Amino acid sequence: MQIESTMTGAVATEDSVAAPNALANRLAAAACAALFGVFLLWGVGFSQLEAFHNAAHDTRHSNAFPCH
Amino acid sequence: MTLFRSLFFAAVLSGLIAGLMVTAIHAVSTVPIILQAETYEAAGANAPPPAHDHGAGNAAAAHEHGTEAWAPGEGIERTAYTALADVLTGIGCALLLCAAYALRGQATDWCQGMFWGLAGFAAFTLAPGLGLPPELPGTEAAPLLERQVWWLATVAATAGGLALIFLGRRVVPAVAGAALIVLPHVIGAPQPEVHASLAPASLGHDFVVAATMSSFAFWLVLGMLSGLFYGRFAGAASINRTRPPVPA
Repeated sequence: MQIESTMTGAVATEDSVAAPNALANRLAAAACAALFGVFLLWGVGFSQLEAFHNAAHDTRHSNAFPCH
Repeated sequence: MTLFRSLFFAAVLSGLIAGLMVTAIHAVSTVPIILQAETYEAAGANAPPPAHDHGAGNAAAAHEHGTEAWAPGEGIERTAYTALADVLTGIGCALLLCAAYALRGQATDWCQGMFWGLAGFAAFTLAPGLGLPPELPGTEAAPLLERQVWWLATVAATAGGLALIFLGRRVVPAVAGAALIVLPHVIGAPQPEVHASLAPASLGHDFVVAATMSSFAFWLVLGMLSGLFYGRFAGAASINRTRPPVPA
């Protein structure tokens, strides 16, 4: 019983080290992806640069991004 | 880092396929209507200004593209840039979906992705479309910045509200989520002083249907593909291991 609880404790310790790393990894990946996604959507749908507007004109209207 | 690479690859691949698919749909649905509306717009811009302007003349003026600015040539070049913009939109939306999968930290497949895609359709098309429906060139509208702010706030509120309802699964977050979804519509979308359009109303209606349906197909396919590819590529690295194992 004593040994089992010690082993469980050891496993828990290992998990508690691994889990924050995995969580940090997922959070970092999600944050980078979301930022880059927003950056792309801003360029296609919201940039006021005339050339960007003209290039993406039909996409902006078709996706109902506020245009003009 | 490995997770980000897998996530990025899944997003690019699904965005590329869904973007090219929706380009084909746009080519036969929304774009012909836009081109038709532009003929009304050009006719309106060339017509002499009315003695007493009720706003329709301003719609054409608001859509001036500036003669010196670069614009793609008509035909294949315009279609190519629409394809590029559609693919970049696809990748951008897929990155947001994959970021959500990574945050959620659960096994993801095409079916899970399909529901996320439907949520994306609700947040990015249905909700903002209630206040600011898809509109044709030559349509009178409120100032651009006001519409952009309302559009972004509505997308964020709807996405946040849906997350509270479906991910919270408790009464208080669900009620807060529902309130968040309704809030932008209580405030109301910015509207022009006078509603006017150079194109006939029936064309405007056709465009709303075509744009909404093409967006539905886009989000459905994007959700399915991003869920499938993310599940395949990100695999075990993406799953939240802090949850206790399910007892046998």
